[in-house]
Amino acid sequence: MLAGFDWSVIPASLPFLGQGLLYSLQLTVVAMTGGVIFGTLLALARLSGGPVLAGAAAVYVNTMRSIPLLMVILWFFLIIPLLTGKPMGAERSAMITFTAFEAAYYSEIMRAGIQSVSRGQVNAGYALGMTYAQTMMHIVLPQAVRNMLPVLLTQTIVLFQDTSLVYAIGAKDLLKAAEITGRNYNRPVEMYLFVAVIYFAICFSLSLLVRRLNRKIAIVR
Amino acid sequence: MNYHWNWGIYFQTVQAGEETYLDWLISGLGWTLAVALTAWLIALAMGAVMGTLRTLPGRAPLAIGNAWVEVFRNVPLLVQLFLWFFVVPELLPRDLALWVKQDMPAKEFVTAAICLGLFTSARIAEQVRAGIQSLPRGQRMAALALGFTLPQAYRYVILPMAFRIIIPPLTSEFMNIFKNSSVAFAIGVLELTFQARQMQEDSEQGIETYLAVTVLYFLCAFLANRGMAFIERRTRVPGFIAAGK
Repeated sequence: MLAGFDWSVIPASLPFLGQGLLYSLQLTVVAMTGGVIFGTLLALARLSGGPVLAGAAAVYVNTMRSIPLLMVILWFFLIIPLLTGKPMGAERSAMITFTAFEAAYYSEIMRAGIQSVSRGQVNAGYALGMTYAQTMMHIVLPQAVRNMLPVLLTQTIVLFQDTSLVYAIGAKDLLKAAEITGRNYNRPVEMYLFVAVIYFAICFSLSLLVRRLNRKIAIVR
Repeated sequence: MNYHWNWGIYFQTVQAGEETYLDWLISGLGWTLAVALTAWLIALAMGAVMGTLRTLPGRAPLAIGNAWVEVFRNVPLLVQLFLWFFVVPELLPRDLALWVKQDMPAKEFVTAAICLGLFTSARIAEQVRAGIQSLPRGQRMAALALGFTLPQAYRYVILPMAFRIIIPPLTSEFMNIFKNSSVAFAIGVLELTFQARQMQEDSEQGIETYLAVTVLYFLCAFLANRGMAFIERRTRVPGFIAAGK
């Protein structure tokens, strides 16, 4: 069974896989940073109470959440060149796509986080003469992020796993690198098993971290 | 924006063949529904078993249930799909492997349904466990006091209540399974995403193509949501679960 496997292809392909992993991680970090920033803005828009602003943000979030990520990736890959008039590489297109897509998911988390901060905190901020922006920046958002940190991290694990879907437009992430080396050495089975182990190791250790974080935060409350 | 619109594209015939693009989309929808619904049945069955294991007394069932959930949750779905498609046949005994690779009917469909089913079962197992643990202890005790064996208590008392409690998260998981079925294109299942890519290349009407496919996915998610809402109403136990009005 496993005897017929040739594991020597793995050390030989490590540098190439490393490049793929680096792109996967870059994509994750960019989408997480951008997603949290835009997601927070979306959440603030939805909570702003202005019917147009809140409505537009709600439509955006709900639309993104009801379409498969794969379709969103294909959409952006098609639309961006049409709008800008010049072709864009799969790697950059994926960064824009994931930021826009993850913003919808992070915004729901941030919305819950902002609502978990008690009303009195906001009122206290205003009573001290702070503006809306100051109250949000210095009082509400720090607490919201703190309360939601485990959920934000869990979403980031999901995001990291989802980066493998850039396969559809041919961006060279970890999975694509494994596919290419598997084909070059004619050893696809070993390569797929190996990347599965890498993905598992990264995601599992992150999820253990989230669990520890959860316990820590639970004690503070 | 320099784009040539053609909204009649759905009714035109494809480059090579008699069918219209609409035929492609409809058959794609059929495969999406087939993969998602088959996977859903697998996910419910395995999710119930694994979720139950994690609430049983003793360490072994807990460990098995936990391992199941961690493995299926921490590897990307697309990677799991490739594992099922390329790697698992290599691990089977020779005769079986040969049959799977050459003679198994609808190989891509079966692989995708099993993969998506087991992937989703890990999420359902989490919800089932939470549902069981949210039940008041008295329910289990009452069942055992009435002389039910532990399996009977689960079958007639605990699981029916737990499943009713977790209908809301199950609803979003049911909607997710339609979205997640889109990865099946990668091993060549002719479902909606596959047809979207094929029709986009064949017709060069990307926007019209993706719009139609997106609407069909919307429709799946919407119907899944309404279907679960119907089940939630029909299975409600009066006086037990906070049901609003």
